[in-house]
Amino acid sequence: MLATFANPAHFMRFSAWATPLCAVIAVVLFAIGLPWALIYSPADYQQGETVRIMYVHVPAAWWGLSIYLFMGVASFVSFVWRHALADIAARAAAPIGATFTAMCLITGSLWGAPTWGTWWEWDGRLTSMLVLFIIYLGYIALRGAVEDEERNARLAAILCMVGLINLPIVHFSVVWWSTLHQPASIFRPGGSSVDPSMLGPLFTMVAAFLALGLALGLMNMRAAIFRRRVETVRLRGANA
Amino acid sequence: MSAFSVAFRRDFALMWSAGGGVVAPLGFFVGAAVLVPLAMGPARDPLAAAGPPLLWVAAALAVLATIERLFQADLEDGSLDQMLLSPTPLELIVLAKGTALWCAIGMPIALAAAPVAIAMQAPLALVPAIVCSVALGMAAFVGAGLVGAALTASVRRGGVLIALIVMPFFAPPIIFGAAVAAVGFGAAFMLLAGCALAYLVLGAFGAAAALRLQAE
Repeated sequence: MLATFANPAHFMRFSAWATPLCAVIAVVLFAIGLPWALIYSPADYQQGETVRIMYVHVPAAWWGLSIYLFMGVASFVSFVWRHALADIAARAAAPIGATFTAMCLITGSLWGAPTWGTWWEWDGRLTSMLVLFIIYLGYIALRGAVEDEERNARLAAILCMVGLINLPIVHFSVVWWSTLHQPASIFRPGGSSVDPSMLGPLFTMVAAFLALGLALGLMNMRAAIFRRRVETVRLRGANA
Repeated sequence: MSAFSVAFRRDFALMWSAGGGVVAPLGFFVGAAVLVPLAMGPARDPLAAAGPPLLWVAAALAVLATIERLFQADLEDGSLDQMLLSPTPLELIVLAKGTALWCAIGMPIALAAAPVAIAMQAPLALVPAIVCSVALGMAAFVGAGLVGAALTASVRRGGVLIALIVMPFFAPPIIFGAAVAAVGFGAAFMLLAGCALAYLVLGAFGAAAALRLQAE
């Protein structure tokens, strides 16, 4: 199965229709989710209208973290099986994950101002998201710094996997250090503590962010493969 | 003589004497710590609150300042190829280099942390805990630094890049270390010790994997 996905020609055929499809799904989901979340969903009994920031904040946080997990798995596949597409996927996902994480931090800060009365609080979950953001930056910087392509891919894979092992340690230590952020309230034993009328728009937005991330990721991957082809053609031209 | 002790002695001798040797990072640490009261003003109470945590920041920066060339020189002069050819696992040699770095730089800084902490108005009763915790913390920093140095060994002027890569991993030891500086031995000290051990293992394996690629 890995071999099928490793073939760039197969991937290009598949992504040629999957990329616009994901983009269309993202547009549709945002067209439904944004008005539903920002206008038609109920205001919170305590937080009032500010609760609507959640519909951007929570999807950005989930996918910001999930994309890093995805990169860790892709890095493992690329490191162990020298799977070229897995490496391209990890590289393509990094800026998207970093952007989602930054969005989570910014919207969290905007949300904190009216509800907690502060733009920034050095609380456990905020801080570990910030650390995740810096890990993303380190990964992106390393990918930009190593010139040799093959070495670049494998070194970045090591960094990504080391970061993945470290993430729980960082998270645990930071939570141990300070906690103000509310604990997880949707997936928890005993069912969600979020009102069902808010879950509809929330999950629509989560799906919309996923579709957006997939569309952008596939576009990045296609661009990387095209860039590689151009390089190959150029090298051939130079040698001829 | 085992390869571990050869690698340890070679690196220890290099770090102890060459390029300013032990004096340079030690001076950096004390100098950075001196800037704290200069920036904050000499009042006792704020200094007692902020001093020991900033001592930890200075210690972390001292490691970042020394780690850049750790593997670069070996890569350039071919020592790394010799290490790869030797029957000793590269992980063990990397660990020997890390231990040498810890002995040459970590220990002196941990000892220097005592007078610096006292000058920062830390209570005398906490000073032994601070010295021991800085020694452990330096081991954790070295473990994380090994990976950063190995990943960037082929990058010219990779100093800032190492700092960016390694700094997020400094968060746990800094948190536990600063907690020890505030309350003394206890749970935080145990967690710091666990963190240092985990980082040394992770650092040895991660750095060795990266170095194999650098030598290709």
